Amino acid sequence: MAERVLMTALSPTMEEGTIVNWNKSEGDAVAAGDLLCEVETDKATMDYESTQEGTLLKIVRGEGSSSRVGDTIAILGEEGEQIDSLVEESTASAQKPSPQAGPTESEREAKGTTPAAAPAAGPDAPAADDGARVKASPLARRIASERGIDLRRISGSGPSGRVVRADVESFSGEGAEDRAAAGSAVSGRGEDVTIPVSGKRAVIARRLAESKFSAPHYYLKSSVRMDAAVRARKELNAEIPQKAGFNAFLIKFAAEALKRHPRVNASWQGDHILQFGSIDIGLAVDLGNGLVTPIVRDCGNRGIVDIDHALRELVEKAGDGKLQPQEYTGATFTISNLGSFGIEEFTAIINPPGSAILAVGEIAKTPVVNDRDEIEVAQIMKMTLSCDHRVIDGAEGGRFLHELKRIVENPVRVLF
Amino acid sequence: MAEISIRDALNQALDEEMARDERVFVLGEEVGEYNGAYKVTRGLLDKYGAPRVLDTPIAELGFTGLAVGAATVGLRPVVEWMTFNFSLLALDQVVNNAAKMRHMSGGQLSVPIVFRGPNGPAEYLSSQHSQALQTLYVHVPGLKVASYATPYDAKGILKSAIRDDNPVVLLESELAYAWTGEVPDEEYTIPLGKADVKREGGEVTLITYSKPVRMVLEAAAELEKLGVDAEVIDLRSLRPLDEDAIYASVRKTNRAVVVDEAWPVASFGSHVAWLISRNCFDMLDAQVELVSSEDVPMPYNHRLELAAQPSVEKIVAAAKRVLYME
Repeated sequence: MAERVLMTALSPTMEEGTIVNWNKSEGDAVAAGDLLCEVETDKATMDYESTQEGTLLKIVRGEGSSSRVGDTIAILGEEGEQIDSLVEESTASAQKPSPQAGPTESEREAKGTTPAAAPAAGPDAPAADDGARVKASPLARRIASERGIDLRRISGSGPSGRVVRADVESFSGEGAEDRAAAGSAVSGRGEDVTIPVSGKRAVIARRLAESKFSAPHYYLKSSVRMDAAVRARKELNAEIPQKAGFNAFLIKFAAEALKRHPRVNASWQGDHILQFGSIDIGLAVDLGNGLVTPIVRDCGNRGIVDIDHALRELVEKAGDGKLQPQEYTGATFTISNLGSFGIEEFTAIINPPGSAILAVGEIAKTPVVNDRDEIEVAQIMKMTLSCDHRVIDGAEGGRFLHELKRIVENPVRVLF
Repeated sequence: MAEISIRDALNQALDEEMARDERVFVLGEEVGEYNGAYKVTRGLLDKYGAPRVLDTPIAELGFTGLAVGAATVGLRPVVEWMTFNFSLLALDQVVNNAAKMRHMSGGQLSVPIVFRGPNGPAEYLSSQHSQALQTLYVHVPGLKVASYATPYDAKGILKSAIRDDNPVVLLESELAYAWTGEVPDEEYTIPLGKADVKREGGEVTLITYSKPVRMVLEAAAELEKLGVDAEVIDLRSLRPLDEDAIYASVRKTNRAVVVDEAWPVASFGSHVAWLISRNCFDMLDAQVELVSSEDVPMPYNHRLELAAQPSVEKIVAAAKRVLYME
């Protein structure tokens, strides 16, 4: 019997996806596990593997079209099966106006103006969106509700993306709160250009606004002499086949400082503070069309070379849009480095669930007064730490940043 | 403890109960002179004589009705059906008389009777002689239905069934009569209505009864090789059903596979699966799976015959589905 293939949530935050490419054509045989299509989600381009099998009878949503989770994107069944009614239903729902968009003038006219005709909107009326219901096992539902986790944010590992207990238990989302983005329609007028909000952009907007509006931010600035760190990097790179990047050093230094001040490696959870057992540092990476923060896990227990390898791999995947959700969610601390753009210093917005983010500027030759009250040329980098005051008080943030400064200025301190 | 077969364990139970209570008698086709089609009644005619071991004509409705009447007036008959396939002829006596007499008489009459015999497929017997018909009996209020897959359970349950004041249907299996196991020398009984955990485990509950118990234990051993710790519950009694034992296990493992030799539609196995879905709803991390015989008349061709029944592979595959292992 023919069945619908639905758009499923391919990332924890996905509400909508754009089909970039169909890997199967109408008439092709599809086995469970076959790559059906590639879908651009809010963060990455994900492979959509079929959980059903049969013959691809109809592609309902072509390449480039965007579908909400739960929408029918194709119809699968046995060759020669009668699917007209399914296709009709599916395309009707595809054309269904989004709740925000009212009917156009012409539609109103077409429906007539008599009051009696108005309620008879029938098929055009937005129906209860049953297709968007999250598939989850009863046990997973219960655990999620006990922990206040929104199931829609979890990507399920069960059949057809069913959320099961293991998915809920391994979910390290950013707190319990999650609200759907209230997409505001900006109307184009004159020479203004309306740029549609991509899934990725919507998530960035929602998450950062949520962070900035809910976490009371304050900022600590510190100038760091980089001569020793630059030297240390040079020395280390002379010893190893592949040179380690500067960001790997930054991550390592930050991890060492976090080890000494674990209260900074924590998260506000509403009624309690969660101090993380692992130091998972995210690095903000620009993709041209948005930003993503791949995470190097367990930095406290890894060496620079190891961190550098992990980072390179993640950045490469991010560039290809192939980063998996678990590789960019749940950073306990974040670093954003705009030094390559000649930025002297800046402040960053905290990336939940972490409570602090380090904003790093360029390394610039700067006249400084040395111990002997002489002016000399030093390599200076300015760091700004944004802290969530609910978790980190000023003194604690200060101690952490001071420790970080001392480590960067004298890397041998990591041995202490 | 002696290691004996299920056949001999049943023989011991009959012998002990006949010696214990002179109202107990056995009847059926070939139970006397021939010592039973499957030798369960071996030696009983010699020991207890013709009135208490009664060879009957090939007339299931007749001798089953005779036994129901005898039970109603105070004897304790044990009816051997040569197979459950033939019990269909006697169904009216079981359903309308044995199961209803207490109700229809306002409690004045009771029917202490046991119906026993091989149920379910054996080998090369084709569709009319390979049927697992337990659902027909479990369906009827007023009947008790039990099964066994070890000599220990067989002896203890048959003795309890004979002593029970209600009609009890006992499911045996031709292929399992020769299975051996330890049975204590001293007397014991096993109460009807109690399941038995045949293997403890924490990750998936495999629920079954009767002949498939052995196959399910083999499947559990296969699962162990895959790193899965399966629990095996032998229900033993189908009615009354030990629901507490099922739910305790499923609450622990969050996953259940029911294995039933009967057909899948409106079956006892599907009933158990429904009970779990209903009563453990919030504790389930996966759908409840049912491994049953296929919904077809039993083929004669041996490969097809085997393919139509539950198998270790089918059970392992179902367990993997509820464990999300594929």
